[in-house]
Amino acid sequence: MKPMQSRNNFKRGLAAVAATFALIAGAAVAQEPIKIGSFLSVTGGAAFLGDPEQKTLELYVGKINAAGGVLGRKLQLVAYDSAGDAEKARTFTKRLIEQDKVDVIVGGSTTGETMAVIPLVEAAQIPFISLAGAVVIIEPVKKWVFKMPHTDRMACEKIFIDMQSRKFSKVALISGPGGFDKSMRGQCLDVAKKYGIDVIADETYGAGDTDMTAQLTKIKNTAGVQAVLNAGFGQGPAIVTKNYRQIGVTVPLYQSHGVASKDFIKLAGAAAEGVRLPAAALLVADSLPQSDPQRAVVVGYTKEYESHFKSEVSTFGGHAYDGLMIAVEAIKKAGSTDKAKVRDAIEGIRGFMGTAGVFNMSPTDHMGLDLSAFRMLEVKGGNWTLVK
Amino acid sequence: MSAQFTQYLLTGLTVGAIYALVALGFSIIFNASNVINFAQGEFVMIGGMATVSLIAVGLPYLLAIPLAVAAAALVGLALEKFAVEPARGASVVTLIIITIGASIFLRGLATIIWDKRFHALKPFTGDAPITIAGATILPQSLWVLGVTLAVVLALSWFFGRTLLGKAMLATSHNRLAAQLAGINVRMVLFLSFGLSAALGAVAGILIAPITTTSYDVGVMLGLKGFAAAMLGGMGSGVGAVVGGIALGITETMSAGYLSSAYKDAIAFVIILAVLFFMPSGLFGKRGGERV
Repeated sequence: MKPMQSRNNFKRGLAAVAATFALIAGAAVAQEPIKIGSFLSVTGGAAFLGDPEQKTLELYVGKINAAGGVLGRKLQLVAYDSAGDAEKARTFTKRLIEQDKVDVIVGGSTTGETMAVIPLVEAAQIPFISLAGAVVIIEPVKKWVFKMPHTDRMACEKIFIDMQSRKFSKVALISGPGGFDKSMRGQCLDVAKKYGIDVIADETYGAGDTDMTAQLTKIKNTAGVQAVLNAGFGQGPAIVTKNYRQIGVTVPLYQSHGVASKDFIKLAGAAAEGVRLPAAALLVADSLPQSDPQRAVVVGYTKEYESHFKSEVSTFGGHAYDGLMIAVEAIKKAGSTDKAKVRDAIEGIRGFMGTAGVFNMSPTDHMGLDLSAFRMLEVKGGNWTLVK
Repeated sequence: MSAQFTQYLLTGLTVGAIYALVALGFSIIFNASNVINFAQGEFVMIGGMATVSLIAVGLPYLLAIPLAVAAAALVGLALEKFAVEPARGASVVTLIIITIGASIFLRGLATIIWDKRFHALKPFTGDAPITIAGATILPQSLWVLGVTLAVVLALSWFFGRTLLGKAMLATSHNRLAAQLAGINVRMVLFLSFGLSAALGAVAGILIAPITTTSYDVGVMLGLKGFAAAMLGGMGSGVGAVVGGIALGITETMSAGYLSSAYKDAIAFVIILAVLFFMPSGLFGKRGGERV
């Protein structure tokens, strides 16, 4: 008898709770927030990517809400720290989809994390805008997956075009151990032939290596090298640059967009003088001519970020800005948060000016950037300058 | 050809000297406690990062470096006091796991106190490379080699000529006998953490101008220092130095003459081969397991 009664009580209690919830929900439906889900490497080895990305998302979600939100609804950011770990990225993405029931995902600082969650977002049919670099993310095209940053192949092409114009054809490659470094090395080797470039030396260094003079000495002693390309990010390229000057290699040194932040110049110091690299216009916002159509966007973002966080912008935070703005633009166009409509709207984005360049999405191109999005920069007097 | 060889040798010596300093830190704590302190790399990080932030507030090197070393030593002492000592009497494996936890904790703390970015220190005395027989070496590398030499000499004097040093050596040979002879072995263990933290910090400061520093710089340096200590024989001072230099030179030679892709693999294969024939390392103590 007793248990029966208590179960009845329990049922009655449940009903009361459910009724209360229904009431609250009914009242809230009108301004239920649009949920932007995100997982970023805010800590761990890729923290220099995730940290500015997270800050950017928080800053701009706040700004958009202060300006009245989107479609009359507030934005709500649900962000997790995946710490550069693909396994964690999967767990958090599951949580974003199943528990938080987000409307769109903007995140994934690294290629590894992004690739790990693609099967999940494809199965759940939810628009996903990745902030990671490698070309495999959008090639082949996946229905629900888009990405913001330029690919490593584009960086290789931009560099090789610059080398061509300086009449270099014999090039040495030195690359690091990370996924980005390896992927870029592969892409560069792939497209080199197309630009008449011969890669005649191919050296690598390890994670946490403190000295690359051995590899560079080998390159220095390889006959005929006209330029050296370093694919990598983090501290490796800074050490390569210092060692390069130390052992007195005189041919030009190219770096990748992976080191496109002021930190690189700070770390490498005077050794960075004369180094060239392809990067988004964001880094040279102030030196863009007034007539440049990208100027307004990049100067605006730079001012906003730097005044808010008292630290310098990097292109990585810029990708988060682009991702959020494209998601918002698509939701506005779709007129709802219906996932299929938002996806179609993202795919339909044309001529959208972001910090990375002009986005022209299409059913066959889920990144939408072309080579014009990259500018060739050279370090001069401790700052980036545009190569004319 | 010979200029190339000299370059590899100089590079190997510099890298090896840093491994040796880290390895010495491992050995000192191992001697006092039989514990391999996996937070050793974090002392390297604290030394470098603390110097960076002290320089940033405007202190000169002469003040910033001693302060940073002292800060690392304090962290080492605190680690012993609050993490290792309360677990006194636990098995060695437990203590090792505690040090792994401490290393993760210290890394996390560093990201909060400082940040997650890379920082460079200015070289102590300029950065114009010096040419020796066709090869080049940075003035900072000379600092690394010189200071490592000075530290090794100071340590051998400390262990051979001072009462405290001898007490530490005695504890490493036979803890119980040392205790019976009136040596305060708990104090020895306490001080050994401070000493090895200071050593690690010195390594971290010396190398920061060459390689830059960040909150996780200790992970790989700790691993390489551990490998060097194993190669030389865990617990042996001479072994740590020889192991470090040997590892550094092997790495650069294999990167230069064989393949840079496999240079770490080659170095570790050599270590495995040595340990296969000499399980206690080049200069390690022979004989049965100590308990």
